[in-house]
Amino acid sequence: MRKVYVVSDNIITSLGFTAENNLAALEAGQTGIRLHEDEQMSPSPFWASLVDLNSLNDRFSAYADPDQYTRFEKLIICSIQDAIKNTSVSLTGEKTLFILSTTKGNIDLLDPKHGARFEESRLYLWNTAQLLQRFFRLHHRPWVVSNACISGVLAVIIGKRLIGSGEFDHVVVTGADLVNEFVLSGFNSFLSLCPGPCKPFDADRQGLSLGEGSGTIILSADRNLSEDHGKIIVGPGFSNNDANHISGPSRTGEGLYMTIRRTMENTGRKINFISAHGTATPFNDEMESIAITRAGLQNIPVNSFKGYWGHTLGAAGIIESVAGIGSIRHNRLFRTLGFSRSGVTHPIAVIDETKEYQTDTILKIASGFGGCNASLLFYRS
Amino acid sequence: MQCIIIILQVMSGNYYIGDYSILRNRQVIQGGEVIFESRENKPVSFFTEVYKHFGLNYPRFYKMDNLCKLGFLCAELLLKDKQIQQLYPAGETGIILFNAASSLDTDRNHQQSISSRLDYFPSPSVFVYTLANIVIGEICIRHKIFGEGTFLIEEKFNPSRMFSYVRQLLNDDIVKCCLTGWIELDGDQIDGIMVLVEKTAPDPDRIAIFDPGILTKIYSQIS
Amino acid sequence: MDQLIGKLKTEIIEVLNLTELTPDDIDENAPLFVEGLGLDSIDALELIVLLEKKYGLKLATADEGKKVLRSVRSMAEFITENKKG
Repeated sequence: MRKVYVVSDNIITSLGFTAENNLAALEAGQTGIRLHEDEQMSPSPFWASLVDLNSLNDRFSAYADPDQYTRFEKLIICSIQDAIKNTSVSLTGEKTLFILSTTKGNIDLLDPKHGARFEESRLYLWNTAQLLQRFFRLHHRPWVVSNACISGVLAVIIGKRLIGSGEFDHVVVTGADLVNEFVLSGFNSFLSLCPGPCKPFDADRQGLSLGEGSGTIILSADRNLSEDHGKIIVGPGFSNNDANHISGPSRTGEGLYMTIRRTMENTGRKINFISAHGTATPFNDEMESIAITRAGLQNIPVNSFKGYWGHTLGAAGIIESVAGIGSIRHNRLFRTLGFSRSGVTHPIAVIDETKEYQTDTILKIASGFGGCNASLLFYRS
Repeated sequence: MQCIIIILQVMSGNYYIGDYSILRNRQVIQGGEVIFESRENKPVSFFTEVYKHFGLNYPRFYKMDNLCKLGFLCAELLLKDKQIQQLYPAGETGIILFNAASSLDTDRNHQQSISSRLDYFPSPSVFVYTLANIVIGEICIRHKIFGEGTFLIEEKFNPSRMFSYVRQLLNDDIVKCCLTGWIELDGDQIDGIMVLVEKTAPDPDRIAIFDPGILTKIYSQIS
Repeated sequence: MDQLIGKLKTEIIEVLNLTELTPDDIDENAPLFVEGLGLDSIDALELIVLLEKKYGLKLATADEGKKVLRSVRSMAEFITENKKG
């Protein structure tokens, strides 16, 4: 099967509108998670990482009229537009596919405050796919992966498989999700939101922080379409289900362990770094420590990026993969912001300082509601 | 009545569908026949009738939202005579499902619960179902399936995408068999179809070669 | 107290979709979680919403929830105690 390269990427979050800006913020140890007061989003103040709407609209106005597009659509389009600046992949070709990853899309349009300005069909994720097809004049209707918090990782896995088989030569994978009243209220009902920036793997962790953003990874079989001539290759990836509970992770980390094991069995490479899901809920981080240990990776440096950007849901798998790719490019590991002492029963090597480190092969893992888990390898060519 | 009987041709690269299940509007269709019909108007009542009619025993069913009930019942009817977890041990069965409305039916319920500050009680058991892939989770729990799962959104039933992706998963040995289907529920509209695709023909008398044409044929059945 | 217990049982069946049970099937002294009814984490959260919605009583953490939600009787006692003040 032919190799699949990462030929460009992008991150848009509260910390910046490019991958470069976001990585610089990681280097500086900045968090985008802040306390917000917005009666329209929540009856009481809430902690979250939000993309500045004015900046988003400014950027978007270079492409189209901001009033004609929803916040979600603008996040996606801006991310793609930035990513395509660094590659000459033909978007309109027959062998190019887009894959969109999102959990809730334009769900804020269910609220009449936001939805009054747009027709109801915008709520449907296939409509977003159709909008993107028209906007970028794509040959094929984009795929849409909507699979809880592993959507982003799954979307890259699928893109990689479709290029590997030869069905496509290039796949643009973009993930995006919003913070809005819909998700804030939902996670609140789960009592799973942290009263402050989240603390992944920490003994005092109290839950997750929500974040919004978008991320893009452009995959291609042609290494010459990337500025770095194909430095980053996408390795094997799989998903597995816990078959245990629809919201709580398996106590034995069954599904995550299975997917990590499958990925490891399909590569001869030694993993240098694990980008964990690390949402900072008591159960998720504990489960990950178990699965990582069962896989024999307890001594491999592992972090969570959630302390910087919060949990960006359908964008998380992509944004965090881009950050992990940054680790390979720069031989740099980023500390787990919010972590100070371990609070998981299985001691894993949580990265607590940002430092230089020979990073050739990284494992991105993710878990989500519905008992789903995914893992994916990226490595230096 | 439509029967699907195709002469078995042992060709390399072919995969097979043994049976299918359809829950559409107020009917249950299997083997080319309407095997149950209800006069219930609301989806939730229809699903309860189906559950009782087929003598199912799984109290968790009542906690599910309508989308999950639809997917669960399609899988239940499809797999009732198969011990799938024994035929295909851990991790070998994939579940690839599609729909157009995602979890909008439940999303609207959740939105309703937060629409007034005076009666603001979002429910965790509603919110958890505001993700379409939960239906995959429910099927996995019921049938002890640990394999690949993905939920994808399409404007309408798309047999060529369903076929090409499932075929690739089987070709690449990522799964050894695959449940796939269109599980659509939007308001009172129910449109669920599920098939099991296997590498070996399950029953020589009742199989079809897996291809977009057979998916279209199964989907297009009208009572 | 008995009246409250009876009412709670009906409400629990309703909010947790325990459709095949009747109030008589629930032993008010039996544990609600692990054994007894074998409720799970989402059920616990849903009961916390029930206490707030129907009785105006707020439980802030899952830990506080564990004590109060031990059984139907402990829920009824919590409601009775807190409605006094």
